Amino acid sequence: MSKKVLDALVAKFGDAIEKVEQVHGDEVAWIKRDKLTAVATALRDDAALAFDAPVFVTCIDRLDWKPVGVPPSEAWTEDKPRFEVCYQLRSTKHKHRIRLKIALPENDARLASLTPIWVGFDWQERETFDMYGIRFEGHPDLRRIYMYEEFVGYPLRKDYPKDKRQPLVRRPDLV
Amino acid sequence: MGVEVTTSRLGDAAAWAKRVKEESRGLKGIPNWGRKFSLFSYPFVTACCGMEFMSVAAPKYDIARFGAEFPRFSPRQSDLLMVVGTIVEKQGPALRRVWEQMAEPKFVIAFGVCASTGGFYQNYSAMPGCDQVIPVDVYIPGCPPRPEQVLDALILLQERIQDGIGHSQLRLKREQLAHAEADE
Amino acid sequence: MADLKTLVLGRKDVADLDEETELPHELMTVNMGPSHPAMHGTVRIILTVDGEKVVKSDVQPGYLHRCFEKESEYATYTQIFPYTDRLNYVSPMINNVGYAMAVEKLLGLTGKLPARAEYIRVIVSEVSRITDHMTCVGASAMELGAFGPFLFLLKCREWLYELLEKVSGARLTHSYVRVGGVAKDLPDGWTDELLYTLSQIDPVLVEVEGLLNNNKIFFDRMNGIGRMTREEAIKWGQTGPIARACGLDYDVRKDHPYSVYPELEFDVPVGTRGDCLDRYLVRVEEIKQSMRILRQAIAKLPDGPIMVDDHRVALPPKRDTYNTIESMIRHFKHIMDGIRVPAGEGYTFVEGGNGELGFFVVSDGTGRPYKCYVRSPSFVHLQTSGNLIHGHFIADVVPIFGMINMIGGECDK
Repeated sequence: MSKKVLDALVAKFGDAIEKVEQVHGDEVAWIKRDKLTAVATALRDDAALAFDAPVFVTCIDRLDWKPVGVPPSEAWTEDKPRFEVCYQLRSTKHKHRIRLKIALPENDARLASLTPIWVGFDWQERETFDMYGIRFEGHPDLRRIYMYEEFVGYPLRKDYPKDKRQPLVRRPDLV
Repeated sequence: MGVEVTTSRLGDAAAWAKRVKEESRGLKGIPNWGRKFSLFSYPFVTACCGMEFMSVAAPKYDIARFGAEFPRFSPRQSDLLMVVGTIVEKQGPALRRVWEQMAEPKFVIAFGVCASTGGFYQNYSAMPGCDQVIPVDVYIPGCPPRPEQVLDALILLQERIQDGIGHSQLRLKREQLAHAEADE
Repeated sequence: MADLKTLVLGRKDVADLDEETELPHELMTVNMGPSHPAMHGTVRIILTVDGEKVVKSDVQPGYLHRCFEKESEYATYTQIFPYTDRLNYVSPMINNVGYAMAVEKLLGLTGKLPARAEYIRVIVSEVSRITDHMTCVGASAMELGAFGPFLFLLKCREWLYELLEKVSGARLTHSYVRVGGVAKDLPDGWTDELLYTLSQIDPVLVEVEGLLNNNKIFFDRMNGIGRMTREEAIKWGQTGPIARACGLDYDVRKDHPYSVYPELEFDVPVGTRGDCLDRYLVRVEEIKQSMRILRQAIAKLPDGPIMVDDHRVALPPKRDTYNTIESMIRHFKHIMDGIRVPAGEGYTFVEGGNGELGFFVVSDGTGRPYKCYVRSPSFVHLQTSGNLIHGHFIADVVPIFGMINMIGGECDK
């Protein structure tokens, strides 16, 4: 993929971008949380960038991040932000892609929703809320999508045990 | 009762089943014979096993020759609930309600290992088997089971229906005996 | 007489009918699903209807959430292949290939696989794509009343299942692909059987098209239903046959080619109107294009190894495993610890049966992924279905839903 997308982005929004990198051929740009809407709108409207198609949105929970084979300073510590919300965008015209990453701390896991800009992120932001507990402000209908309303907790967080079931109904004669 | 000690519900169930089987011989077994060869199934299809269910109904493995081809998509009109695929906790109330709406005698087949025990999905959402919410007569393992396994299970269920020892039939029998004792 | 009319109808004269509100105008709420014959897999739609017209809808997925992501955090990279099979369970090989490519990208093995492995992957992917489209078209036709095409297409699907069973050992959930290649080589004579099967499928397709294409009932029920424009398709993130039916010419195999697709010649059918009929026609044409790819790939299939010669991913040959201690330990470490993928993350996407199927894998250097997210096309497509059914009748929900081809395993992961 081309680096000129990242260069154009940095040239336009120097202060809103924390870092850009190329990881295994993907372009990744780390955006500051409060500048996200401005950057996203420009990404969609700028003719040279023209990111018009949403691909996915998800979140990485770095609670257990202790990578092997890299310096120990890369591991997660309490002072680093716990969640990284990743947005992947695609341009139909120019055929390039970009991944936006926003770091969020655990006690303030809120983010401006990108659904008003790309409506295709609607359900995927609901899924990220359901699984990780990230509140997307400005989302038209933020409620659980995979789990039922009575479910307590956010299952894909690293501190939620895999086997912890919260059954809704059981047979009355089951011992 | 003498010195017979029933140490487990299972021992009790075996004696009970033997008694019921003897009582469904001969002319008394004709209603069961009719039931087993005309099962109207309600395919409660959720996941990949649904593809194998379609294959069983398709011409090559042909469930029609056993009389069970006609899916009735209403629980009121069916007597065989085939739970096909993974049941998740969110689906539990729907499955329980569908089962409750069926008229007696009703039979349940747990199709596939996800419906039997949860399969290799041991997590916060998948129910470890549909028998957590409804009683099951026949379990079919396999992920997905081959169509021949499904037909084998159907024949097994038909034998149980003929002997009168499906869960629903035993329940009815118990209620009849309870009524008979109450009248005495 | 007038008194009788008042008594029975509660009004004085027919002329009063316009002034009084005779029929209730309340909207009614109807629940479709989660257990419903037309809801493939299992989805719940709560419809608010005005008579028969749908005014509002609330589509609720999640009735098959089997926690692919959580399970993949606890399994080694090779143990995840069975979980990927069950994502889009009508085209399992494509999921396998997509996931294998995602892990290979993190290992730096993209483009380094032996040619035979790449060709085998393409062959089994296209066979899976044919089964996917056949199941979709057959099931949708059956729900509209055409039971015959369903049985014919299922007959063809059985032949393909038998072929895939010969290759992988299972009819439906194959787990055939491995990181770095495929698990086993093709049996002898398999490609000839596949060519023969394709030649048998051609007349069946002609028969099915003859039954459906010009059939007035099928046409009326599909034409103009569930229209989506090209701009809407881009905005909503649609890919695959649905986007192509709207005129959006996006196919991952052509726009971001991977594997050996650049060497194969095929066309991508693109529709014009974006309604259900176009989606059906695009799918049938894609079956024919997949058969064209298969014939070329079989002709070009080279000999050679089926696994990359990299000790990080390949299991040692059995002869060495049983005779030398180093190979036995390497085999043991592969199975128990998994493939050690260097820390990093990457997003890889392939053209699934429904559209762009992507795997976003984050690895932390151990043999188990830190995160493995699936960008499932069915999930993204299902969010538009709520919009597509507005203004249509309840009966139109069936063809719209059928042609979106929501596969429960993929949608709910």
